[in-house]
Amino acid sequence: MKIIVEIDRCVGGGQCVMAAPDVFDQDDDGLAVLLDTDPPAGLTDDVQLAARLCPARAILVEA
Amino acid sequence: MTQTSESLPTFPMTRPTPFDPPEGYATIRDDGGLAQVRLWDGRTAWLATGYDAVRSLLADPRISADRGHPGFPFPTAGREALERSGRTFITMDPPEHGRLRRVFTRYFAVKRVETLRPMVQQIVDELVSDLLAADPPADLVPALALEVPARTICRVLGMPFEDRHRIQALDHRRNTLTTPPEEVLHATEEMLAYADALIASKQHEPADDLVSELVADQLGGDTVSREELIAAVRLLITAGHETTANMIAMSIATLLRHPEQLRELRADPSLVPGAVEELLRYISIFHISPTRVATERIEIGGHVIEAGDGVITAVAGANRDAGAFADADRFDLHREARHHVAFGYGVHQCLGQPLARVELQTVIETVLRRIPSLRLAADDDSLSIKEYAFLSLTALPVTWEEQP
Repeated sequence: MKIIVEIDRCVGGGQCVMAAPDVFDQDDDGLAVLLDTDPPAGLTDDVQLAARLCPARAILVEA
Repeated sequence: MTQTSESLPTFPMTRPTPFDPPEGYATIRDDGGLAQVRLWDGRTAWLATGYDAVRSLLADPRISADRGHPGFPFPTAGREALERSGRTFITMDPPEHGRLRRVFTRYFAVKRVETLRPMVQQIVDELVSDLLAADPPADLVPALALEVPARTICRVLGMPFEDRHRIQALDHRRNTLTTPPEEVLHATEEMLAYADALIASKQHEPADDLVSELVADQLGGDTVSREELIAAVRLLITAGHETTANMIAMSIATLLRHPEQLRELRADPSLVPGAVEELLRYISIFHISPTRVATERIEIGGHVIEAGDGVITAVAGANRDAGAFADADRFDLHREARHHVAFGYGVHQCLGQPLARVELQTVIETVLRRIPSLRLAADDDSLSIKEYAFLSLTALPVTWEEQP
């Protein structure tokens, strides 16, 4: 799994942190931080939910 | 246009009950998810009620939140006055929007808001203790629903508790759909003056609160002007007030109408966060819906939205779309509902949603635990809502067995 966060698009909604807390966090400005660029397969559903919930469509996931 | 505007359905649409979206939402959803409606001023706008249509329009860069655009649609005359005054980041488009919103995102990061949970718990515990100390019955709207967000916002922003009734009165005038435009403008001016004075007081005497922090972090810098900060603090005072208050009342009413699920929730508090997402979906508190204007021609669902056309995205319709939520009209606390659009979607999605979740989760868990015999003290069908921007119960009469 490959994850790309387009940080210029991020609006700091925190959806990714709620959906996949092992993979995403927020920095001091509230913007998304990718903690794990290649998370284990067990987190695939969480990561895909994070991408689906992101209001700014800033998260891209490639299988 | 194939129809004359006189024959179009009007917006806002009426609800058959507080708990059921307007029937017109389902009709439009079943017919492609998008249709034209007529507004109070005789203009037409597109009403989207399907999940896919609502999400794709709210995320579309050809859609603008600029209230100054001549084509921008407003659900009432009062709302036009409200939305065209006090310009904030919620009425801006990228990239200007991002510059200003990003000033405030850090203060609403999920983990930072989570640290407020003990403070919210204390506020809820005090209110429930006061409720139990009085004799039943009680109206939960003034006794609990309005007080939780009011006291929380006072604590977070550093406003004196006693100011909350004045703020609530102003907010109530602004959100009542029948308030004349000039009264809405007066109320908005008074709130801006209040925000201005609050900022000045924190400049003079900083304390441990968000407005003091904003003054220290932002005032005198080159990102935010004082005028922009005043407008933003006004937004912070009001945005999480009536939305959360009415969600609390509607959530408790919804649970009391589903006693088996309420019992299940009381027995297993770990279900509360999921139940809150389902309540957000099922209720969809923003009655008049997010509004936008198209800046370019958009083809969607077999329709053509022309540049300059108004667009209304009915989140209450999207959240009842069976294509996104199976058996969507059923309240089901076990449902995976996190993809609801109750907080909107796109770059303007609610900034304060982590705080709303903390308040809702805390109130529901505490009320179920401490008032286990809580029940409605009126007929279910006597519950009614006001002519209001949000789904606002006129009253929520409840009673309980007094504990020895």
